[in-house]
Amino acid sequence: MRTSLAIAAGALALAGLAACSTEPTAGGAGASAAPAAPAKGGPVAVAATDTECKVAVTEVAAGTSTFAITNGGSKVTEFYVYAAGDRVMGEVENIVPGLTREVIVELPAGSYETACKPGMVGKGVRGPLKVTGEHKPLSDDAQLSAATAGYKRYIKSQSDTLLTKTQEFVDAVKAEDIGKAKELFPVSRTYWERIEPVAEIFGDLDPAIDARENDVAEGEEWTGFHKIEKDLWVTKDVSEDGPVADKLMADIKTVVEQSNAAELSPVLLANGAKGLLDEVASGKITGEEDRYSHTDLWDFDANLQGSKAAVQALRPVLEERAPELVKTLDEKFAGAEAALGAHRKGDGWKLHTELSKDDLKKLSDAINALAEPISKIAAVVAR
Amino acid sequence: MSERISRRKLFGMGAAGVAAAGAGAIAVRGAGGEPAPAQAASTSDPVPFYGEHQAGIVTPAQDRLHFVSFDVTTEKKAELAELLQEWTAAAARMTQGQEAGAFGAVGGQPEAPPDDTGEALGLPASGLTLTVGFGGSLFDDRFGLAPRRPAALADLPHLPGDALLPEISGGDLCVQACAHDPQVAVHAIRNLARIGFGRVSVRWSQLGFGRTSSTSRAQATPRNLMGFKDGTANLKLEDVALLREQLWVGPGDGAGWMTGGSYLVTRKIRMLVETWDRAPLAEQEQIFGRNKGEGAPLGGKAEFDVIDFDAKGPDGEALIKDDAHVRLAHPSHNGGARLLRRGYNYVDGSDGLGRLDAGLFFIAYQRDPHRQFVAVQKSLAGKDSLNEYIKHVSSGLFACPPGVRDAGDYWGRALFS
Repeated sequence: MRTSLAIAAGALALAGLAACSTEPTAGGAGASAAPAAPAKGGPVAVAATDTECKVAVTEVAAGTSTFAITNGGSKVTEFYVYAAGDRVMGEVENIVPGLTREVIVELPAGSYETACKPGMVGKGVRGPLKVTGEHKPLSDDAQLSAATAGYKRYIKSQSDTLLTKTQEFVDAVKAEDIGKAKELFPVSRTYWERIEPVAEIFGDLDPAIDARENDVAEGEEWTGFHKIEKDLWVTKDVSEDGPVADKLMADIKTVVEQSNAAELSPVLLANGAKGLLDEVASGKITGEEDRYSHTDLWDFDANLQGSKAAVQALRPVLEERAPELVKTLDEKFAGAEAALGAHRKGDGWKLHTELSKDDLKKLSDAINALAEPISKIAAVVAR
Repeated sequence: MSERISRRKLFGMGAAGVAAAGAGAIAVRGAGGEPAPAQAASTSDPVPFYGEHQAGIVTPAQDRLHFVSFDVTTEKKAELAELLQEWTAAAARMTQGQEAGAFGAVGGQPEAPPDDTGEALGLPASGLTLTVGFGGSLFDDRFGLAPRRPAALADLPHLPGDALLPEISGGDLCVQACAHDPQVAVHAIRNLARIGFGRVSVRWSQLGFGRTSSTSRAQATPRNLMGFKDGTANLKLEDVALLREQLWVGPGDGAGWMTGGSYLVTRKIRMLVETWDRAPLAEQEQIFGRNKGEGAPLGGKAEFDVIDFDAKGPDGEALIKDDAHVRLAHPSHNGGARLLRRGYNYVDGSDGLGRLDAGLFFIAYQRDPHRQFVAVQKSLAGKDSLNEYIKHVSSGLFACPPGVRDAGDYWGRALFS
């Protein structure tokens, strides 16, 4: 689905806070990639396992802090620093067992939470983090640019992992390892679905990556995730899909470059948050998105998280301008997460075909309840 | 038209076509010297919203219906009361031909979704009435309302032949939207549903395209999809004393918050019209006990002739059979019970078996459904020869509170305060 919002896709914006396994980038405007030697006293060590998230300290000084997360567990994990309402201040994805990754986070004084997410699902293992010292409140305009900067950080880290996971998926398809490809299909889509509203700005690529069979006009070639999905689950033969897989990877690379270069506005964030829930309402609850694999709830969860990331990036502005709305949003996000959480199965989700009509109605009600207040955000940030 | 800010004025659209289309369908004639409550003078005019009783009960039945039942999804009583206040304010506007919210479909901030959905721009009030009711399930343990559940709102008993589908039956709240323009009725329900997101969720809804009852002597009796005049003996707004006795909840009737209200029974009655259409005329008339042309009781000449249940034909047999619909439904057969009916014909497309999915969405208001509707339906369900051609597939019972007095009042205030 293409968004009607026209935004300028400008030159590659300043590097935001991000993480990668070899070369962590520093946070803040104008910061450049640098070796991990930032905050006084060196990185804060985080020991992550499948059940624990031991952060070496629970208090840091205002400014930039580096966290070094070592995954001593058996599941792939993620690490987050959250402000109130789960606003993502910094995060690092896809920390595979045995690996250490670093993330640099810029934190004003206040109360935060750290979280490891073994298996990359759920609320994660949480702990408190206090930040003390000087903190200048941002002006209105500065708050808005901080919001878009924060969301760009999110896009960056998600799209980095999208590249990694899509590559793994593509490799499995080309190796004709159907079992592995099936496992990786919902995982790689998670990163796609979290950032889809930004990716969708580049309209010609969205259909190439994500079209369903009935979206394709007669005479046009059907490519992307869902073509491979059908071959994995229905025809059970991916021997002809090499070129489709290569094209998917190439398209994802282009979309990631474009997404990271896009100029974002607060209104785009607001509408992106709404757009993601529209995706849930129109494609996932109906089971149309992943009609062969029935892994729609993975996409549902990813859309919900992506929507929350965009909303929480705007949180400081909203708290100032519409505190009642923030309260409602918190409540309805919690409601939607709880409704979805009822269908967790192991580290993943139940299949769409395992849900009853009553289950789907409850999910639909929860999304409707959340989408209404979300639809009010754009006007608040635009004024 | 009038000075009020109407949807038409806001939109700046030519009024002529709209007025011509709306007017003249039913000229409201004099009410025979009997007192008549305020009512719309033409099918495009508004019906007053505020009053002792809710509009949409004795209001001369409009041509179109959109009925909706909601489940309450919030667990907070205060949010429910707030919703009823917001609904009341939106209804007070929409029934007067205004948009659902103050900014309307095109007057708000460009970044915000409009506070009116817009499909009624350019349309007059069209006699829109919005009538709210509370279902028995609202009085469970969620909101502490159990002690305030009126005895009259006890669940309806199972009635012989019921083939009710739970997903299109019952509900915590209902809204009946009646208007002379279907777009206006749908617009009203859609906007109320939207206001309710997060607090209520649509359980089921029903469109009706043509009224099957008259609620005023000024109206001609319409026909149901079986081709018969329906509701000839209906309670009408001119029957003031009878309405007090049969329709409105009185001060001594139990739950005080219902005084001035009325109980609503809905039944979706699927008609097997294809088999009905193959029945001979004489059989059809026997089944109803009336003739098809005039609607006169068999043995009589005109629609409103007094029914002579003892009349015999030349063969010595009763003209109106023991199982004729008109006999079984008559007050004399049911302890004097009468109903104010304002049902609608519906066609929900077809059923995939080459048949229309069609019938009657039956709506009846009364003072005590257990003494009235249940009594009538019991005698019909057991014997009525019409049963061969109909099937009750949905059922609802709702307590419709008294009218909203003024802008400071809201639907159900006495229940929630």
